[in-house]
Amino acid sequence: MQFPLRTLVSLALLSLVPACLAADMAPLKVGEIASLTGKEAAFGQSSHKGTLLAIEELNAAGGVLGRTFDLVTEDNQSKAGESATAARKLISRDHVSALLGEVASSRSLEIAPIAQSSKIPMISPSSTNPKVTAVGSYIFRVCFIDPFQGTVMAKFAKNELHLNKVAVLTSVSSAYSVGLAKYFKERFIADGGDIAIEQKYSEGDKDFRSQLTAIKAAGVGGIFVPGYYTEAALVAKQARELGITVPLFGGDGWEAPQLIEIGGSALEDTYYSTHYSPEDSSPAVQGFVKRFQARFNGETPDAMAALGYDSAVFLADAIKRAGTVESAAVRAALAATKDFTGVTGHTNIDANRNATKAAVIVTIKDGRFKFLKTVAP
Amino acid sequence: MTEFLQQLLNALSLGAIYALIALGYTMVYGVLRFINFAHSDVFMVGAVAGCLIGKHLPIGTWWGGLACLLGAMVVCALLGMVIERLAYRPLRASPRLNVLITAIGVSLLLEYTFQNEHVFGAAPRAFPQVFPQVVWQLGGLTLSSNQLLVIGVALVLMVALQFVVFRTKIGTAMRAVALNPRAAQLVGINPDIVVSFTFALGSALAGAGGILYALNYQSVEPLMGVMPGLKAFVAAVIGGIGNIPGAALGGLLIGTIETFVGGSQLSTYKDAIAFALLILILLFRPTGLLGRRTVEKV
Repeated sequence: MQFPLRTLVSLALLSLVPACLAADMAPLKVGEIASLTGKEAAFGQSSHKGTLLAIEELNAAGGVLGRTFDLVTEDNQSKAGESATAARKLISRDHVSALLGEVASSRSLEIAPIAQSSKIPMISPSSTNPKVTAVGSYIFRVCFIDPFQGTVMAKFAKNELHLNKVAVLTSVSSAYSVGLAKYFKERFIADGGDIAIEQKYSEGDKDFRSQLTAIKAAGVGGIFVPGYYTEAALVAKQARELGITVPLFGGDGWEAPQLIEIGGSALEDTYYSTHYSPEDSSPAVQGFVKRFQARFNGETPDAMAALGYDSAVFLADAIKRAGTVESAAVRAALAATKDFTGVTGHTNIDANRNATKAAVIVTIKDGRFKFLKTVAP
Repeated sequence: MTEFLQQLLNALSLGAIYALIALGYTMVYGVLRFINFAHSDVFMVGAVAGCLIGKHLPIGTWWGGLACLLGAMVVCALLGMVIERLAYRPLRASPRLNVLITAIGVSLLLEYTFQNEHVFGAAPRAFPQVFPQVVWQLGGLTLSSNQLLVIGVALVLMVALQFVVFRTKIGTAMRAVALNPRAAQLVGINPDIVVSFTFALGSALAGAGGILYALNYQSVEPLMGVMPGLKAFVAAVIGGIGNIPGAALGGLLIGTIETFVGGSQLSTYKDAIAFALLILILLFRPTGLLGRRTVEKV
């Protein structure tokens, strides 16, 4: 049997028609870069689950502008350099309309210049270093920034823990840690406190005994450890082993179940500032906790999960207001966000594309995270 | 003064671990004249094996801790022999460079195999406290049983190694092969057995080092061997590669420098300073602190 050429051509043309119609309604691709494996896997996993839940809920509700979302996730293995590769791949190969990520400021700083030069809106769920959004007009975040977090912890150490002389143990290879330490020191000294000693380490270090021994000799009332949970847990453990019993405190980088898993009982009498607490009784938080637990086998969402969720909802909100997926319009809508209500509270976007919102202070008691108080901006 | 003594204790326990790993590098070099870069990953496998074995043992008992330590050493000894049999022996007649590149390949293979979710996974895991843990206060000095254990176990293993190498038949055979492989073969020594034994011995020490390191720093992950391995390699070179007491001395030296620089205002530069020292020592003593000048046979 033979098909005449004309039939073949018209059949081919016909088959193109639905494809043309579908192009407008095809799922909207959104790229996500997360540390799903490696040192900060706990952050990436939490954040990813939050984002995934948000995308699934948005799609179940019919998406925005009649289009559903297609989340394309790339893992950067918590390694330097991988995020830039992932961002280039998502933009040039997958043609994503927006980028969500990263948790760590150092890695967000790798993605930001690429997103900016390609004019793709980027929303970091939880990078708190101010430099991230300073990269350009397309870079946003849904969390508070380090000057605020550093100030909150400095005031907390001075007024609530009644400390006058503290030590700071900073990770020099992390933009987040260096920034947080700087703002903490500025505020603590301005309030009349004394930074007796500052010691440093690098990401991936496991031995902090030499730094801690020097800190112990300086006789301080508390130690500020603005690092991530892997190091913070080891610092706590080694500090207690060396007989340092003073309170330790840090920032949102501490928040992960692995902190307690590795640190154990060494973490009693430690505090950190973060974005949200699942113990918060507001209906938005409790509803989110329920839905998250139903989706992920009863797992309780942490701050990274809540921010990951908010970052996707924040993007969808802006696209809805923009009425188009065209990147300049979405960017303008993101920048104009006022009083956006997410799981992590009311968010306003300021002129520097940063979010202004409240912080939460959490303490660790009997091997569990306990909500202490909320601090307004 | 208390601070100095405390730092010295920290230095000794860190140095002892470097020394244990360095011994493996130096022994393999002594016998085969090449650097086994996969050695640092054998160290990691030791910690991983300990982590998995430790899960089935009660926490905080002496017999449980020793079982975990011995188990990891046996696993590593077997792994060392398998690596040598499969990757290095087929290349024994080829140029040294080929074996060196193969060693790097084996190292990467181990690292990435263990990063696979189904093997171990890339995320750090907490190491179970298999040995009993006590902390003593002595004046202002804090003595942790973990740190003393590291120093003690390292000492015992080094004395045992010295005994094996200088007082046993197989040790004599090892030294003979190191001195002249051809001549050793002529007097009836099977070099394959000697090389296998050397790898088993060195790998077992690395395994013990892995357990002690994990016990002290409480977290285990597939890339944990990279930095300690590199520093132990430096320690072996500083001590004079191929020289067993040299490796121990080099390990202690690197551990001490790292700890004291780490406790000063220059803490960021502790690794840089340790490696700069390597360059300095090699400038003035190209064969290392205890190394002997040998004429390279052509």
